Amino acid sequence: MNPVLKLLLEGGSLSTAQMAQVAGISPAEVEQHLEQLKKDKIFLGWRPVLDLSREAAAAAAVRAVIEVKVTPERGGGFNRFAERLAKFDEVESCYLMSGRYDLLVFVRGASLQKVASFVSEKLSTVEGVLSTATHFILRCYKEQGYLLDSDEDNSSRLTVSP
Amino acid sequence: MSTDPNKWVAGHVATLPKSGIRDFFDLVAKMKGQDVISLGVGEPDFVTPWRVREAAIYALEHGKTYYTANLGLIELRRAISKYVAEHFGVEYSPDNQVLVTVGVSEAVDLAFRAFCNPGDKVMFHQPCYVSYHPSVTLVHGTGIAVPTYAKDNFALTAEALRAAWQPGAKILMLNLPCNPTGGTCTREQLEKIAEFCREKDMLVLSDEIYSELTFDGVHTSIASLPGMAERTVFLHGFSKAFAMTGWRIGYACGPAVLVDAMMKVHQYSMMCASIISQEAAIEALTHGWDDVCRMREQYHRRRDLVVRRFNEIGLKCHSPRGSFYAFPNVTATGLDEKQFAVQLLEREKVAVVPGQAFGENGAGHVRACFATSYEQLIDACDRMERFVGAKR
Repeated sequence: MNPVLKLLLEGGSLSTAQMAQVAGISPAEVEQHLEQLKKDKIFLGWRPVLDLSREAAAAAAVRAVIEVKVTPERGGGFNRFAERLAKFDEVESCYLMSGRYDLLVFVRGASLQKVASFVSEKLSTVEGVLSTATHFILRCYKEQGYLLDSDEDNSSRLTVSP
Repeated sequence: MSTDPNKWVAGHVATLPKSGIRDFFDLVAKMKGQDVISLGVGEPDFVTPWRVREAAIYALEHGKTYYTANLGLIELRRAISKYVAEHFGVEYSPDNQVLVTVGVSEAVDLAFRAFCNPGDKVMFHQPCYVSYHPSVTLVHGTGIAVPTYAKDNFALTAEALRAAWQPGAKILMLNLPCNPTGGTCTREQLEKIAEFCREKDMLVLSDEIYSELTFDGVHTSIASLPGMAERTVFLHGFSKAFAMTGWRIGYACGPAVLVDAMMKVHQYSMMCASIISQEAAIEALTHGWDDVCRMREQYHRRRDLVVRRFNEIGLKCHSPRGSFYAFPNVTATGLDEKQFAVQLLEREKVAVVPGQAFGENGAGHVRACFATSYEQLIDACDRMERFVGAKR
């Protein structure tokens, strides 16, 4: 596996220079690997993992998970519909699912009303949508591998031990 | 009437030197709160995987708060037996050939107490873990240090063993991969050591606590070599590979007679290991292997990073084949290991352990533990580079 991809997968926040040291290559080579990953459409972009509940200006933002049932199209299946839906800025992630519904859509909006109007005015009116079930996220405990409010404390570890 | 309490301390304890690590620990403790990067620890920086911690909580919730059999929970002994057979290629019966101990440290202590008569000679390679020689002294045995050298990547060689051997030497203590050098032996080297032990009819105590953290090649246990299981006590534990240092859980496997002798001492001293830790250890052995592999991969890359940086800085450092310790030679700075460690701590706030703490053959070296984050390692290497540069 591409050594830079390996480091990216571990989710650390290393700079290019640090990645170079860890992987034992030059910073220029790290950049080349990153470029290649972008070219191959494996590496799509950077995005920090944040706990916005601690940031007053963003704490009112609302996230919801929406289960969507749709009528698949002959020839295109669910793809054309899902791709169209995914283009809305409100949609953070969109997945085709097995099971009782077809698409699972993660949506973020500045307020509950904004998310509600997106669902009622945009999403549910798209042709082919049979039904939607919207679940608002009340609290996050773990985000992409990071524990929120983690009470784990390493500070009492010995600094020198045999 | 006033009295001097010193007179009550047993003579062989009174003369036993304190661990050199202790001195250094006190020095580092004085600098608390000063942005010290510690490469001085002997434990993983990972917290015990949650599945293991959760198993301990479950055990407590279900009232597992009592003594266990002296040998340990049979479920754990079965899991150990299976694990050792699969990973080390040696078969031990869970009924009478496996003893669960309070860390591998207790197993080492039990072994010396069970097998060493006053005056018996115990050989051990050095630099080595701080407790081996004192443990021999505490049972009134005589320690014989066998030097290992940087030129051999600190592997123990049969030649060095033969050169140091004295008539009557009864026990050989091995720790491969080794704390503090990371040195270990290839199968060929081990075969020669095994041959020597058979020739001299010696008992081998093999502390393989770092075996899962072998980065180059495959770890071979001396117990798995022909004719060795009958004269080897295999010592292991969960501290390093499973990141469970604070749980204090280890084990010894060997011929039933030897395990029984160790069990006798254990029975009258410790009685049994903590049931909570034993329950957690079962989970670690049965479902924790992926965690071990994940952590090993991290250590491997950290090793490559620090060894490369140390050599670039001008601190000659062999690549440790196992463990999470680098053991660079610091003499190029014109300092001995103690001066180096003290000055590095004072000037750049990086803690490493002077090699003499691991025996006189550790002179000229320091132990740097790379079980810490990439960011910290890179920062520590940058600080060391500045320190060494200023010495030139």
